[in-house]
Amino acid sequence: MLFPITPPPRTPPRVVVTGAGIVTALGLGWKPNAEGFRTGRTAFRPVTLFDVSRLRAKSAAEVDLPVTLPPNRLNPRQVARLDRAASLLLLATHEAWRQSGWEPAENLPLVLGTTAGGMSLGEAYFRQAVRQPHDYRHQAVRAVHYQPQVQARMVLDALDSNGSIAIVSNACASGANAIGHAWELIRCGQADRVLAGGYDALSELVFVGFDALQALSTTICRPFDARRDGLALGEGAAIVALETLESAQQRGVTILGELIGYGTSIDQHHLTQPHPHGDTTLAVIKQACATAGVIPEEVDYINAHGTGTVLNDSSEALAISEWAGHRATTLPVSSTKASIGHLLGAAGAVEAVICLMTLREQWLPPEVMFETPDPACHFPIVHQPRSARVNIALSNSFGFGGVNATLVLRRWA
Amino acid sequence: MSRIFIAGMGAVSPAGWTVAALREALEKGESLPTQLVERPGWEKPLRMRLVPNPATRPEFLAHPRLRRTSPIAHYVVATALEATTALRANQKLKHRLGLVVCLQSGCVNYSCRFFDETLKDPATASPLLFPETVYAAPASHVAAVLENVTLASTLVGDPASFLQGVAVGVQWLEEDRVDACLVIGAEETNWILADALWRLERSAVLTAGAGALCLCREVKLSSGVELAAITDAQTYSSTINRTQAARAMREQLDQSTLLEPGRAELPLGPAARQRRPTIGHGPDAHPPLDVETSQELLCDGIGNNPRTDAPELAAWRDWTGQRISLKHILGEGLMAAAAWQCVAACDAVGCGRFDAANVSLVGSNQQAMGARFTGISRLSAGNPWGNIRS
Repeated sequence: MLFPITPPPRTPPRVVVTGAGIVTALGLGWKPNAEGFRTGRTAFRPVTLFDVSRLRAKSAAEVDLPVTLPPNRLNPRQVARLDRAASLLLLATHEAWRQSGWEPAENLPLVLGTTAGGMSLGEAYFRQAVRQPHDYRHQAVRAVHYQPQVQARMVLDALDSNGSIAIVSNACASGANAIGHAWELIRCGQADRVLAGGYDALSELVFVGFDALQALSTTICRPFDARRDGLALGEGAAIVALETLESAQQRGVTILGELIGYGTSIDQHHLTQPHPHGDTTLAVIKQACATAGVIPEEVDYINAHGTGTVLNDSSEALAISEWAGHRATTLPVSSTKASIGHLLGAAGAVEAVICLMTLREQWLPPEVMFETPDPACHFPIVHQPRSARVNIALSNSFGFGGVNATLVLRRWA
Repeated sequence: MSRIFIAGMGAVSPAGWTVAALREALEKGESLPTQLVERPGWEKPLRMRLVPNPATRPEFLAHPRLRRTSPIAHYVVATALEATTALRANQKLKHRLGLVVCLQSGCVNYSCRFFDETLKDPATASPLLFPETVYAAPASHVAAVLENVTLASTLVGDPASFLQGVAVGVQWLEEDRVDACLVIGAEETNWILADALWRLERSAVLTAGAGALCLCREVKLSSGVELAAITDAQTYSSTINRTQAARAMREQLDQSTLLEPGRAELPLGPAARQRRPTIGHGPDAHPPLDVETSQELLCDGIGNNPRTDAPELAAWRDWTGQRISLKHILGEGLMAAAAWQCVAACDAVGCGRFDAANVSLVGSNQQAMGARFTGISRLSAGNPWGNIRS
């Protein structure tokens, strides 16, 4: 029963990551992505998925989907109904699942973040309804499969599992909120293990939307650079397998890292703009670090939200600088959106997995195109590949609508 | 284990802009009139039940945040304000309000307008429309209007997800992260959504609106209603169909009923009450009733489609208490309808018509979930968990 709820354990269990799947324009899976982020490779290219000839921005970080999906329990009809977003989700989930060593289960909660779900199917529905209204073909299937909960069900079917599905849609904080919610489910005793993450595919509506807002860079995406002129869009997915430390140790599996803190709140300043002083961002970072029991001096790296827009980066820079205090001058910060673009509902989850990479492999992801720091940055931006001792990493995510989220991860050694 | 109470309710529906309007429509029991909506490319229009314009322009529409918003934001804000009327009068609680907004289709008006502009010429698509297409937009507007929202989330799913939203609110209250939590289910309509529903379920009449429950932990703030149970999410899968999930939901809800404190002291045992003769089906089945003869209500999600309704009908086949099927009166409101079911259940208990009310949500493509609400005095009897918090 979800209510009355089971009394929570007196001491919340520690939550560890035993599987991580990632798909971005840098590649499919941990290895190519780790190599790309370690070296600061950028993955932008001209958009091929739809016509951008009439738009200001013309490039994005598109994923090259594989011709075939990994082995799964979907039947051919189900596979045929997977759109681009669902394929990204399935690829990332499969990797996390395989790595975790979990078996099919009847009670495997799935918590996902997305902003657009199966938007491409919704777009196709609209086009056909307007242009060929009497053509029935595929419309009923599109009307069902554009819904993210149906895509989530397909993922559980693919794993031959079942469980509750929660879809969080807090815009660009969705992925981080999904992981944070999963963390809370385990800590309060409602679940022993959860698959959580985020996914979003490039879509015409969203690309045109950001272009219309003049939020897209027409040059290079350079978060925190004084000459930044906007964000770049990308697509992808990331999923983590979360479970109690006790469960992971009993199974004797490899632990990729520990999720030790989460904070979230809402910035009421504006629908699309953060508070200029970063008040909510500061509060959320503090909240996450309080739950983690860490102070700025203990944090070794911040994966910033860092979209590359003027307003986001200055607000976030003020918040980080104020929170970190004296530590700011030596606290490495970077935004991996410089490499793969802004993945919207997937961003927070992908960036959490990147933090796991830095913790596991002890390097910092650089922004190689970064040149001139914004005056609001009192912290060093990582702009060259380098090894580093990383014990605790923090990941920020903020969304349209004002929901902010911060995750804190610790190295497992 | 602490207890969760309903501090307030809100509703915007084709019946009007208040819970009272919803109650009145349900009491009358007559299907509300439909309106015709043009569908591009078709001679025959679609039928919908639209939310009527309010008699007077709501004051909240003057808020700068709502200047360019679509109807869903208006519905959500109106229900939020109605559900928090009592709370907003209490200065102490102005600091920490949680907000969970649940949607299935969400902001379809501006999404369609923006994509229509995109197809015509993407270079001139309006930047004013795009931000309002985002699922999270309504929650953001409510937070801006109420000013004391500290924790917010938007959940997307089929209509049963409304109870997942309630469960999230309960969790936030349990962890003392908020003093009260608003849970809102909302939808808006347009021709494309009606077209999609028409393709999936010909007899359904699409409607719009919102419903809200405000949850709290302090009995003195309650409206006389207590949350007694929320079942697990019975998710559909390749091996569990809607019928099986609906049955599992019903079984779990029945089990929770048997565990209620004070149940043995009630004038009728659960089995006896379940065997009472059927008084009726649908809206005519619940005139004001004598407590000794009628104590439980079922608010189900039965509509007008035998195929779609079959799993839920089967799950509740042996229910002999009274029931209300509000989709017969209001139409298919997707997530808003789920919220109205809960509001109607709480209102029936809060008004003293029923001791308890069950809500059955057999969602379209994700899960079946159920909930149970009771009057406060009932659960206070023989409460094994000690004194009520105050």
